Amino acid sequence: MGAADKLIPENLDKSRFDQWFDQRFESKMAEREAAHVPSLSIIATKGTMDWAYPPFILASTASALGWDVSVFFTFYGLELLKKDLHLEISPLGNPSMPMKMPFGPQWLKDINWNVPNAVMAGLPGFEKVATGLMKQTVKSKGVATIDELRHACIEADVKLFACQMTVDLFGYSQDEFIPEIEGWIGAASFLPTAQKSDVCLFV
Amino acid sequence: MSTNATQSLDTRGMNCPLPILRTKKALSAMSAGETLAVTATDPGSLKDMQAFCKQTGHELISSSTNQGEFEFLIRRA
Repeated sequence: MGAADKLIPENLDKSRFDQWFDQRFESKMAEREAAHVPSLSIIATKGTMDWAYPPFILASTASALGWDVSVFFTFYGLELLKKDLHLEISPLGNPSMPMKMPFGPQWLKDINWNVPNAVMAGLPGFEKVATGLMKQTVKSKGVATIDELRHACIEADVKLFACQMTVDLFGYSQDEFIPEIEGWIGAASFLPTAQKSDVCLFV
Repeated sequence: MSTNATQSLDTRGMNCPLPILRTKKALSAMSAGETLAVTATDPGSLKDMQAFCKQTGHELISSSTNQGEFEFLIRRA
């Protein structure tokens, strides 16, 4: 006889006990699930304006759903935590980025300008112009700015963590960043958070 | 727009995820049982608002489409 069997009285109706246990187990599990607060961990590694959207959209939306959210900003992702956001896009080497005019008559807006990489690379200020056009598109389509989404995250208590190693590596100083940063940590500190979260994304 | 709602929120012209974020913010400032009428033009809001209410426990009393505009009536949990 095992140790567990000794706890059960000999005259117990085993099948009735099993039935009771199954029901109790189900209800306890349902109770636990109802009380569970979902959690999301995001590792944000990109520092261009286009790639700034996914982490901030997912984080702010998850917090609106009542989830616990933590975001770890590392490498170029740290750029998203700067006090002054100077995020740009680079269409160079990105064949998926539509190159469309955000203004003018509809026929003009519908044209996808197929600019060869060599032209993009050789034209001074090309990225500045592309960034300006992207900002215009964002505005005209009613999409939030990165600043707005970041603000929404802060308001909703999304925990923003900065990678200390990247700060050292790129020679930044902590006062270049927003004061709402929850902590200056490393991979060893963020991974246990990621491990316990229901959803973990690398962006 | 429903006239009998406690509060109303206009998210017309806003795109994902702003309508949800603004709705959540408005609901947070209200008391349980009060109702919020939301207007939106984002076609994604039709599904998003359902998912939002399901997840947060607020009651989506009604949702309707009217000439490219969406109207939602939500009761705060």
